[in-house]
Amino acid sequence: MKRGASVFNLVSLTAGFAFLYLPILLLVIWSFNASRLVTVWGGFSTRWYGSLFHNEQLMGAAWVTLRVGLVSATLATVLGTLAAVALTRHGRFLGRTLFSGMSYAPLVMPEVIMGLSLLLLFVALKVDRGLLTVTLAHTTLTMAYVTVVVQSRLATFDRSLEEAAQDLGCTPARAFWSVTLPNILPAVLAGWMLAFTLSLDDLVVASFTSGPGATTLPMRIYSQVRLGVSPEINAVCTLLIGAVAVGVICWSLASKWRTAAGRQPPA
Amino acid sequence: MSEPGAGKPAKARANGGRRLNIGAVRSSFAPWNDPSAVPLVRFEGVGKRFGDQVAVEDLSLEIYPGEFFALLGPSGCGKTTLMRMLAGFETPDTGRITLAGEDLAGVPPHRRPVNMMFQSYALFPHLSVEQNIAFGLKQEGLPKAEIAARVVEMLDLVKMAPFARRRPDQLSGGQKQRVALARAVARKPKMLLLDEPLGALDKKLREETQFELMDLQVELGVTFLIVTHDQEEAMVMADRIAVMREGRIAQIGRPEEVYETPANRYVAEFLGDVNLFDARVSQIDHPMARLEAAESLEGFFVLDDDCPAAGSAVSLAVRPEKMRISLEAPPQGTHNVLAGEIWDIGYTGDWTNYIVELPGERLIRVARANASRFVERPIGWDDKVYVTFDPDAGVVLG
Repeated sequence: MKRGASVFNLVSLTAGFAFLYLPILLLVIWSFNASRLVTVWGGFSTRWYGSLFHNEQLMGAAWVTLRVGLVSATLATVLGTLAAVALTRHGRFLGRTLFSGMSYAPLVMPEVIMGLSLLLLFVALKVDRGLLTVTLAHTTLTMAYVTVVVQSRLATFDRSLEEAAQDLGCTPARAFWSVTLPNILPAVLAGWMLAFTLSLDDLVVASFTSGPGATTLPMRIYSQVRLGVSPEINAVCTLLIGAVAVGVICWSLASKWRTAAGRQPPA
Repeated sequence: MSEPGAGKPAKARANGGRRLNIGAVRSSFAPWNDPSAVPLVRFEGVGKRFGDQVAVEDLSLEIYPGEFFALLGPSGCGKTTLMRMLAGFETPDTGRITLAGEDLAGVPPHRRPVNMMFQSYALFPHLSVEQNIAFGLKQEGLPKAEIAARVVEMLDLVKMAPFARRRPDQLSGGQKQRVALARAVARKPKMLLLDEPLGALDKKLREETQFELMDLQVELGVTFLIVTHDQEEAMVMADRIAVMREGRIAQIGRPEEVYETPANRYVAEFLGDVNLFDARVSQIDHPMARLEAAESLEGFFVLDDDCPAAGSAVSLAVRPEKMRISLEAPPQGTHNVLAGEIWDIGYTGDWTNYIVELPGERLIRVARANASRFVERPIGWDDKVYVTFDPDAGVVLG
């Protein structure tokens, strides 16, 4: 059976892509606008990229965001994976239902409430708001996503593999490290990516929990846009999109290469 | 332990070409009848429940070094739980398990000198065949050269050397089974536990593998404990079989013992096919006994061994292949004659199974080996037939 591209298919494909990517495309195009005015095309230029690197406020915010993202995603991945293991592997322990509900709470809790409650906590504990508090808040926010991703993988993971490892002389911890982890690694990495991107674009929780000197990129962009869209913002967004796109492409190439390598018997 | 396989004669072809039948070979290996023999494994009053579900109840069992022991029973009879308790994945609620004299209570799975071959094989998908086999050896902290040598030895043992660098998902079911086996025996365990080892293989391969497993067991001299629901598997391979029912052992013995002299109705019905007649002992006249039963006016004549006193209610168990079927009436004076009509016929090639309807809508099953290709007059549907069996064909069950 040949599946030719019918007119209907082509139209729906184009409409779908346009709906998803047209705004992004516009943003990319405008970032190369030579004119300072956002709505007037003044010719192609990369000047905003140049000036971007001299805009210390934006660069500082980007650096903060990156650090917060890397650290919180890593923490969330470790904690989220452990939570997933506890939920899938330890049967019915005391407080399991409570623990399960609590670890999923951030998924359904409005971010405003979460941000506010974290703010109250930090104030009550007299913790100075800054890089540390944003990082902790993002860890809390993203951990649940990691737990969901890893838990669904663990649920389908053949438990007898862990038992076989123990049978062959591994302590339970070692069995997890040398057998379970390598096999659920794609899910763990996917959880990390998810946590990292969530942290990158979070505005609400960061606004509540950050302090002086810890302004994240979304916060900076948001506050600048309120004063009018600057072409520099377009440029920084284009760079972000580029970075995410490169990440996604690398990821899919790597997984494709891995499945191909898995299928062919090595020489 | 002495030489591998000592005390258990190797099979016929290793014996200077002299042919021995399987029964004869087996009967000379019987440590369970030797009062001085020391069991390798001892279950003493072991019990285990999951919630209000009883998995194993007050079970005692001894397995001897070099034995090929089978736990046989339907799913949910507790056989897998029993094996998992030995491997350390379940903890008994009551009783104790000892291995080579050592109480296993509190010993975690990774410190028990037994290895298990899992039903799903549980090969590590991220490791190659040789890495899978080396896995357990690495945990022992053996030198690299020794691990490599042992891996090669194991690969040769299961004839998987050409596939050493493959990943498990590039192997067929039979190949996976071999790798799982090699991985489990690589650590030279005192005992190998096999959970439905042939369950995932097709029939032809299963038969071949049965014999390979038996050869391997003799070659390695390791005690095997196998869990299976497949009676043929257990009968072919095991030295002794424990037939299990609802967490208890219904009977334990050599394959021919449990098949030919079942201890109760459950074992008789679980192993193979059987015709059971409700009867009452009417007269004992050594060496014969006469049983009254609804199916026969004259009564059944059987051997009187293990027959309870006259007047007791019993069941007479007769296997279908121990009954004869014919179109002609047997000569006068023949005992145990049942007249009936063919109800159904199942032809399987080597055997033909006849379902015969006796008066009173009672159905019995008779099996006949198709020893010749042609007969003068085949038995067909609705034929009037006579079914007879010898006095020593039936077993009286109390």
